[in-house]
Amino acid sequence: MAKEVAILGVGMHPWGKWGKNFVEYGIKACNDALDDAGLEWQDIEVVAGAETVRNAYAGYVAGATFAEALGWSGARVSTSYAACASGSQAINNARAMILADMADVVLVVGADTTPKGFLAPNAGERWTDPDWLRFRLMGCTNPTYFALYARRRMDLYGATEADFAAVKVKNARHGMANPNARYHKEFTQEQVLESPMVADPLRLLEICATSDGAAAVVVSSMEYARKRNVDPVKIRAVSTVTPVYPQSTVEMPYFSTDSAAAVPAPALDFKESIAHAAYEEAGLGPEDMSLAEVYDLSSALELDWCENIGLCPKGDAEKLLRDGDTTLGGRIPINASGGLACFGEAVPAQALAQICELTWQLRGQAGGRQVEGAKAGITANLGLFGHGSSVICSV
Amino acid sequence: MSETKIAPSIEGWYTTGENPELLGTRCKWCGSYFFPKQETFCRNPSCRSTEFEEIPLSREGTIWSYTEHFYSPPEPYIFTEPFEPYIIVAVELEKEKMIVLGQAAQGVKSEELSTGQKVELVVEPLYEQEGTQYTVWKWTPVAG
Repeated sequence: MAKEVAILGVGMHPWGKWGKNFVEYGIKACNDALDDAGLEWQDIEVVAGAETVRNAYAGYVAGATFAEALGWSGARVSTSYAACASGSQAINNARAMILADMADVVLVVGADTTPKGFLAPNAGERWTDPDWLRFRLMGCTNPTYFALYARRRMDLYGATEADFAAVKVKNARHGMANPNARYHKEFTQEQVLESPMVADPLRLLEICATSDGAAAVVVSSMEYARKRNVDPVKIRAVSTVTPVYPQSTVEMPYFSTDSAAAVPAPALDFKESIAHAAYEEAGLGPEDMSLAEVYDLSSALELDWCENIGLCPKGDAEKLLRDGDTTLGGRIPINASGGLACFGEAVPAQALAQICELTWQLRGQAGGRQVEGAKAGITANLGLFGHGSSVICSV
Repeated sequence: MSETKIAPSIEGWYTTGENPELLGTRCKWCGSYFFPKQETFCRNPSCRSTEFEEIPLSREGTIWSYTEHFYSPPEPYIFTEPFEPYIIVAVELEKEKMIVLGQAAQGVKSEELSTGQKVELVVEPLYEQEGTQYTVWKWTPVAG
């Protein structure tokens, strides 16, 4: 219990393709989070930024960029880059400083402006960079990986294209009640299955887009929160573990796995280990969770996550879906926010957006997408190069 | 008419000829295989080896999964217009206990593939640029 920190405020800029500078989005999210916390910018001791690699130098030094934009106040800054888990690492920096008594109150922010289409590697010839080589040597895109996992679910567990479409239908419905989502449109299974095939068996409507967006979270020590007479949502765990050798699942951006010839593969694969570490740290288990926000880069990937975060044994996620357990009103709603299906990915903001959603849900402020009586929730995400994260929050 | 030169799209990653093989390395201390080649440090956390030998990988493996692509990927992928859909196959190598991705050979149809199926390595053209045809390794179902 000693490792808890308080979430005092959350804020987001709606996801979309707004064509503005990422700093504008971030400032909106920061100001909303400060208002939500009842704090002024000058109260903040540290700014922990999540880096964007697609917006030049200002993006590389995101912490300082936002500190300058809000008005230099002497606050300390840090910037984290961990691909899709960047926001969680920024949260973890904030938490570490609070728990080490180096700060009482920290502003965490991530924002992005993204290009259209497939996420492509950075420009230039880089013959030793697997992220460059995978495109050059075989045209291996991000949806390639999502499709490989999806096909394997079909062949191993009997998943169907209709199941994958049902995930999209569910998340699209959830997102209708989320003002920060980019897409507010319901789909039928037929409409999803009629959308163009991108990477067989995944279709256009089942693969997440790239978006602009921003999310911010104000975190503080529990003592600071008590002094302000608030009973905050608490961060109980932040897992940012890396894989254990040999990593024997195909993961972005690699086009080969480690060899398990000399060292046997670990009992838990990488995605399982991310959630496992979070549960261990929180002293909670999957049975304690009221909801989960997981990284549905594709509709099929949500099914993998259901198993990876321990909601059901491997191969049973389709049953969970078909029984309605993962729909709002079900036993354990997944992606009540609408998930990436309704947001599209804004890399440095996405892990923070998941935390914003848990916070609103656990406060009972999620409006038309409220999970009734939510007590605890878990996030899970995964990025390139051995990055991933899982955050557990509770009332 | 000028003759088209043939060159690998990346040097030293595979052999050519009738029975081409991927070239990886094996750690001389712990026996771990690596592809692409690992030559200066071992990624096994319990091994500090600096000694590696180049070793050809198994030519045959079984399909772990596969997917056909219907949209042209971004640069640096190079393709000759018009864009043709292509298949990517993830192949498990039994001896090396690892998975290696690659495109499926020309003419292979998605319907012919299934998880667990046996495939073998071939070297085929990937793209043509300034009179040179660049090759890459690909996977094709084992005949018979």
